[in-house]
Amino acid sequence: MKFELSDEQELLQQTIRSFLEAECPVTRLREICDGDEPFDPSLWKGMVEIGLGGIQVEEQYGGVGLEAFDLAVAAEVLGYAAAPGPFLGHSLAAAAIGLAGSEAQRERWLPALAAGELLGTVALAEESGWQPGDWTFPGGSSLSGCKRHVPYGEVADLIVVGTEGGGLAVVEGRGAVAAEPYEGADRTRRLAELTFESAAAEELAGGADASARVRDLALILLAADAFGGASRCVEMAVAYAQSREQFGVTIGHFQALKHQLANLAVDVEPARALYWYAAHAYDHLPDEAPRTAALAKAHLTDRFMHAARDTVEVHGGYGFTWECEVQIWFKRAMFDRAFLGTPSVHRERAAEIASW
Amino acid sequence: MDLSYGPEYNDLRGEVKAFLAANWPPEEGAEGGDLAAQAVGFRRRAIGAGYLARSIPKRYGGAERAADPLAAQIIREEFRRAWAPMEQPGIGTMMLVPTLLERGEEWMKEKWVESTVLGETIWCQGYSEPGSGSDLASLSTRGELVGDEWAINGQKIWTSGAHAADFMFALVRTEPDAGKHAGISYLLIDMKQPGIDVRPLRMMTGSADFNEVFFSDARTPKNWIVGERGEGWKVSRTTLKHERNSIGNAAMVRGQFDSLVDLARERGRLGDASVRQRLTEIEGYVLAHEYSGYRQLSADSQGKQAGIIQMMTKLHSTNIGHSFANLAIELLGDDGLQAPGRRVAQHAPSNHGAWVGQFMYSLGVAIAGGTANIQRNVIAERGLGLPRDAAADRSTSK
Repeated sequence: MKFELSDEQELLQQTIRSFLEAECPVTRLREICDGDEPFDPSLWKGMVEIGLGGIQVEEQYGGVGLEAFDLAVAAEVLGYAAAPGPFLGHSLAAAAIGLAGSEAQRERWLPALAAGELLGTVALAEESGWQPGDWTFPGGSSLSGCKRHVPYGEVADLIVVGTEGGGLAVVEGRGAVAAEPYEGADRTRRLAELTFESAAAEELAGGADASARVRDLALILLAADAFGGASRCVEMAVAYAQSREQFGVTIGHFQALKHQLANLAVDVEPARALYWYAAHAYDHLPDEAPRTAALAKAHLTDRFMHAARDTVEVHGGYGFTWECEVQIWFKRAMFDRAFLGTPSVHRERAAEIASW
Repeated sequence: MDLSYGPEYNDLRGEVKAFLAANWPPEEGAEGGDLAAQAVGFRRRAIGAGYLARSIPKRYGGAERAADPLAAQIIREEFRRAWAPMEQPGIGTMMLVPTLLERGEEWMKEKWVESTVLGETIWCQGYSEPGSGSDLASLSTRGELVGDEWAINGQKIWTSGAHAADFMFALVRTEPDAGKHAGISYLLIDMKQPGIDVRPLRMMTGSADFNEVFFSDARTPKNWIVGERGEGWKVSRTTLKHERNSIGNAAMVRGQFDSLVDLARERGRLGDASVRQRLTEIEGYVLAHEYSGYRQLSADSQGKQAGIIQMMTKLHSTNIGHSFANLAIELLGDDGLQAPGRRVAQHAPSNHGAWVGQFMYSLGVAIAGGTANIQRNVIAERGLGLPRDAAADRSTSK
């Protein structure tokens, strides 16, 4: 019985944390969020250099060869730091090719993804929904149609596209499709609408079997990111309560605020074990994985949103300003909550999976 | 991550199962059909086999085994599955025995530890008073040394099980001139004496589990004191760290959730979109609670501290209990007009009155053993490092 992070996983988290403290402190985070450039290539390059381009990619394809659990543990730290960049879409593109690609396809794309030579993303959402069963986008070797909410769609070199019947296909080449970035709430993960017009594509043969699995992985990464973000919110709220003074004392002396913060912490901290378990189930308990991933995404992203709202409130008027950094996490919470379907979508899925 | 217990523990599980198969339930008519005596006899055998009273030395009637949270967990799981009794449940086993083991005189351990764990001696806890709730150390029940006896006067309240108890362990002010905390002693008191009057308090559910206890010159021998005079506050604090069985709480929460799903199914509401949303929303908390139990078990088994999560078990399960109650009363519909029956058992929501009882009883859980607001103070101050409340001066003399 060991339900805690291994020394290696602690080290992985520490490595990412140190990198982000050095390369993306809040001052830099603000610059990226306030800037017009949606993508910071140097920050992403540094993230790839510490292995974030291919944590879960097998070693024979140039990756680190770890499990989904490790990927999730990394995602937690990125959420904690609100790290801007394409980690989510890139990780999912690599996972899709690893799960569904032929040997030739894996050899061709995975090393380049792991090394950061290619920037990957996934195009999943349509008007009809996010889930593989919702996709109506026609498959084949030439793709035409629209996909919505594609992370870094305008700068990606490789796009894994969800197609009708839960299939997966790959479109290569920056500019192969018309991308229209839009002003998203979360400025740490930029989104674009993509329009495909007879774009050359290669289908991933195992797509129909793998797409639900890619979705489950996405749910877990969002849950992990949400836990990291929520725990950062608790820290920010507590730190503010310990520094802001009124009536001659720090406001953390007041029981009303103490109880609000205790409630916040009790809402967030137990959820850590839920994302851990969901990631563990993804790797080792395949029967439990889909339902647990759905419940984890619903629960954790709700907790993050709730924590971010409370944290704004604890900061008073300052909390409502652009200057206060809490807004960055607040909007990251909005992304985690809505991306891939809101909590209610996944709760209904969980009810269905249980045959309720 | 490794959620298995490993091969040596699988062997242990097999041994526990075999023991239970041979020993529980007892043969019909054993001990003259006396159920309590059957439980005592079974507990003796289970202690002999090393399954109960594991942390208690052999010379006081225990099994004296090295601390092994995983073994303890497996034993709990198998005993629960077989509906076999563990150590006598309640405040005596949970609070008094660990206190005696740590701070009691040799004769006290010999006299009470084994009989308490077996269920031959029943205890109640005399802490709260009408004027001393969260500010417990302001208590005013007096103990005065008269010859070789303490003469006790005053009143305790919310005393669970006082009507059935043989003895009370109580916090009593014996040093009126010392400070607020330094004036308190930890006394053991025989409940069966003329100076003690136990009056049941009717709970909002209609039944009476707790009591007021009035002391009018009640007596207890001079040496029935744990620790020195004036050390009672400290002695009572040593007890608290022995309370933890996080995963037991998680298993109970899980069982209640499964019952709630059964209730929704039975009421024909499981297809109702709003009920599905509420159930799965609650399930997120239930799973977080359950897996946080694993986290603590994992830390315990390696002698590590799991951190702030340890302080959260009670408040988190209290919150979950509120959501169970609120959804259950919705599912009951018109049956929510009924008076409560007995509180819901761990597994079977067999009657609606039991759910109505649970609707009310979940509030008792929120209050007993430290209200939810006290839990919030503890989490904020000890867990998050926020300053202690200046208004609640912990050292004011009484």
